[in-house]
Amino acid sequence: MTNQSGAMSRSDAVVRLLAETRSAAARCYQCGKCSAGCPMVSEMTLPPHDIMRLTAHGRFAEVLSADSLWLCLTCETCSERCPTGTDPAAIIDALREAAVLDGRREVPRSIAAFHRSFLDQVRLTGRLYEAGFFAEYKLRSRALLDDIGNAPGLVRRGKLHPLPHRLHGIGEVRAIFERCGVRASDLSGAGHAPAADDAGGAPGGGDPGGGAEGGHA
Amino acid sequence: MTLAYYPGCSLKGTSREFEESFLAVTRALRIEMTEIDDWSCCGASSAHPISRDLGVALPARNLALAAEQGADEVVAPCAACYNRLATAQHELGADADLAARMPGILGHSLPPALHIHNVVDLLAAYAPRIEELVAARVDPPLLAGLRVAAYYGCLLVRPNEVTGFDDAEQPATMETVISAAGASPVAWNMAVECCGGAFSISRTQSVVRLGRRIVADARAHGAQAIAVACPLCHTNLDLRQAAMTARGEEPLPALFITDLVGLAIGLSPGELGLARHFVDTEPLLASLAAEAEATATAAAAQESS
Ligand code: SF4
Ligand code: SF4
Repeated sequence: MTNQSGAMSRSDAVVRLLAETRSAAARCYQCGKCSAGCPMVSEMTLPPHDIMRLTAHGRFAEVLSADSLWLCLTCETCSERCPTGTDPAAIIDALREAAVLDGRREVPRSIAAFHRSFLDQVRLTGRLYEAGFFAEYKLRSRALLDDIGNAPGLVRRGKLHPLPHRLHGIGEVRAIFERCGVRASDLSGAGHAPAADDAGGAPGGGDPGGGAEGGHA
Repeated sequence: MTLAYYPGCSLKGTSREFEESFLAVTRALRIEMTEIDDWSCCGASSAHPISRDLGVALPARNLALAAEQGADEVVAPCAACYNRLATAQHELGADADLAARMPGILGHSLPPALHIHNVVDLLAAYAPRIEELVAARVDPPLLAGLRVAAYYGCLLVRPNEVTGFDDAEQPATMETVISAAGASPVAWNMAVECCGGAFSISRTQSVVRLGRRIVADARAHGAQAIAVACPLCHTNLDLRQAAMTARGEEPLPALFITDLVGLAIGLSPGELGLARHFVDTEPLLASLAAEAEATATAAAAQESS
């Protein structure tokens, strides 16, 4: 969290974010409805209602290091259905922000690589430059040999532009990143081993390996 | 009203056929709009988990540009962009501190509240005109009897307090549009379940697990196609469908809602960019054309007898 004058240090921002999330999570009465409808719960070690409980109890060391935070899709199902008006999706977002500001490294590698590459391309060009994104993502995720998004299929269909669009307001966009305190180095050291990363794929999924290719045609 | 158009990054790249289809259909329906000049990325699913301020500021810049360029309404056909624009506007209205620091972050003053549309509510407002155009065609209605599963996913309907669109659990607006196009919406269970969204690349196995349930349920309820209104949903159900489909199973085309309306009012598959989809739409189009032909022949025979 930041303000444009940069008055608040990163550690102050973490303290404030955690205090805010703690009181927000205190509304939760542990009915478990959030976890019951969560599309990612089968891949999470800490389901959403556990994240709420630990947060309400101030057990942040456990919460901030949980890769479950990064498996949340912000689908908002939990927040829509919660009977107490606790907003788990917003609380998880705030916890992720705190984890990044705190320099946490326990983000699944492919997900850290995705966010980092996405934001880099937007900061660089003002829009998501997809060809640049694919290249950067490959390097950061170390999935060098995988055909991540079926690039040949995309090229064949005229969907991958070789060059980025030039934005007149690119200076404005870069200033927004800076004033929000988001640094190019955020998430750069993050990303734990792919073995742990892959562990979530199997439950109920049948043939998850088939997903990596994706293309037919 | 003055309507601004926010395309977003996907519609200019990997989902360019959504823009082709959206522009062809809005032109045919005589919906006037102007693309926001110098728009930038809304931050999609990557800005808000890293920084709430960034997750609000990136979409807010585009709302500010739209207002400065004279618009009081905005349409964002991409459901993710739509959701981020609506969320930014909602949070700026609800959090005075955030609203106070935003002009300094943006370098623009805060825009007045704009009416933010998704593609489904925009088309639903034009349902009578769609019906007119379908009825005015000389050819037999192409989509008559086509069974379609209306898939909303997350970002159009949730959080409902933010989007204010339809019902969060049992929405029906897309069904209105499908019916106006002359097709038949099916009742099914997965309309508002998540497809895995932005994990298409970073966690493909999750997308395959979630998408498989959606496609299987649509098939089990007799759908011949799935209608979507989001480039992320489309990528997950189209590009990734090969990994979800068992051997020997026919793939189920995932069509943008604008594709269905376009076909119904007589636009060509080429104008709608249908050949850019990964799941081949040819077999479905051929069977629809054959059925329409048979209906026409039967009607002619009845008339002459
Ligand atoms: S649904 Fe709400 S009250 Fe119930 S466990 Fe989840 S956050 Fe707590
Ligand atoms: S927003 Fe996150 S935690 Fe909540 S249901 Fe969706 S994926 Fe699960």
